[in-house]
Amino acid sequence: MENDIFKPENLVYTKTPVLNDTPMHYCPGCSHGVVHKLVAEVVDEMGIQEDTIGIAPVGCAVFAYRYFEMDFQEAAHGRAPAVATAIKRLYPEKYVFTYQGDGDLAAIGTAETIHACNRGENILIIFINNAIYGMTGGQMAPTTLEGMKTSTCPYGRDTTINGYPLNITDLLVQLKGTRYITRQSVHNAASILKAKKALKKGFQNCMEKKGTSVIEFVSTCNSGWKMSPAKANEWMVENMFKAYPLGDLKDI
Amino acid sequence: MGTKIKGAILVNEERCKGCGLCVVACPHDVLTLSKKVNAKGYNFATMEHPDACVGCASCGYVCPDACISVYRTKVESSN
Ligand SMILES: Cc1ncc(C[n+]2csc(CCOP(=O)(O)OP(=O)(O)O)c2C)c(N)n1
Ligand code: SF4
Ligand code: SF4
Ligand SMILES: [Mg+2]
Repeated sequence: MENDIFKPENLVYTKTPVLNDTPMHYCPGCSHGVVHKLVAEVVDEMGIQEDTIGIAPVGCAVFAYRYFEMDFQEAAHGRAPAVATAIKRLYPEKYVFTYQGDGDLAAIGTAETIHACNRGENILIIFINNAIYGMTGGQMAPTTLEGMKTSTCPYGRDTTINGYPLNITDLLVQLKGTRYITRQSVHNAASILKAKKALKKGFQNCMEKKGTSVIEFVSTCNSGWKMSPAKANEWMVENMFKAYPLGDLKDI
Repeated sequence: MGTKIKGAILVNEERCKGCGLCVVACPHDVLTLSKKVNAKGYNFATMEHPDACVGCASCGYVCPDACISVYRTKVESSN
């Protein structure tokens, strides 16, 4: 019988209940969705749903709190690491993480990011680097690649005018307050399984009082990049990984 | 008689946004986007070659909207 296979004992993968049924507002194929799902799966597998507090950013992920069945606090643009600092210090027994885009983390929130990391706050920073301001219509971000076209650099980023792509994750490695820094992606099954392990480690670190964990997800914004989701993943592998190579940068 | 791995998926058709990432992720070319659309107007993912599915869950992992449930079992094969 064809339908015999659809039995609970044969189920090998399905949506975790930590991600609720509210349809996510992200464009079809957006990396934000995959990372949301991974965060929910890790929180589920670690059994820490009641003990986790997320800080949502301003950017496309501004509504992140709608999708997770867990506590969340919205922060002003770029201020998530400062809000996370307060929450973690008030509730040291909680797993506290921020979820931030490149505009949020590496432009308006540069100071909050660097100082939270420098203080070694025992939080996890999840950094979605899609090299663009997705939410506001695809403007140039600090992380936009050299020559990459955006709505505010329609002829491509010119480093003589716009400066260089800011590799903020590399900068954070230098700070004594950081203990685990890794760069991951979610473009295929293998990278997703790897990224999930990194996320688990990042969450576990929150309880070890050894400093800040930062996980950068090199990501796509297929709408802002004006490509299909599949093409955006290919473009990311070809172009983004050169500027932002994957792998662990610090683990102490 | 040997045993063979058999897989199958269920797609949450109303939640699916038709991004097509599962279609390119499937190593066995099982999936396609349906000619039909859901209430939001998206061509949702569907199995075009269900017999080729091995239940590897690649499609499920890459789905940004957690629309895919994957099932896997062993079946007796006659060859
Ligand atoms: C104080 C303040 N300044 C500017 C804005 C406008 N704004 C909203 S989102 C955003 C940048 C979003 O880019 P990013 O953080 O990379 O997130 P993405 O949408 O790409 O995920 C900006 C500048 C704002 N909402 N608040
Ligand atoms: S604009 Fe870009 S980052 Fe925002 S939801 Fe769409 S694809 Fe994702
Ligand atoms: S479970 Fe594997 S073989 Fe089956 S449709 Fe999904 S990706 Fe293809
Ligand atoms: Mg961005």
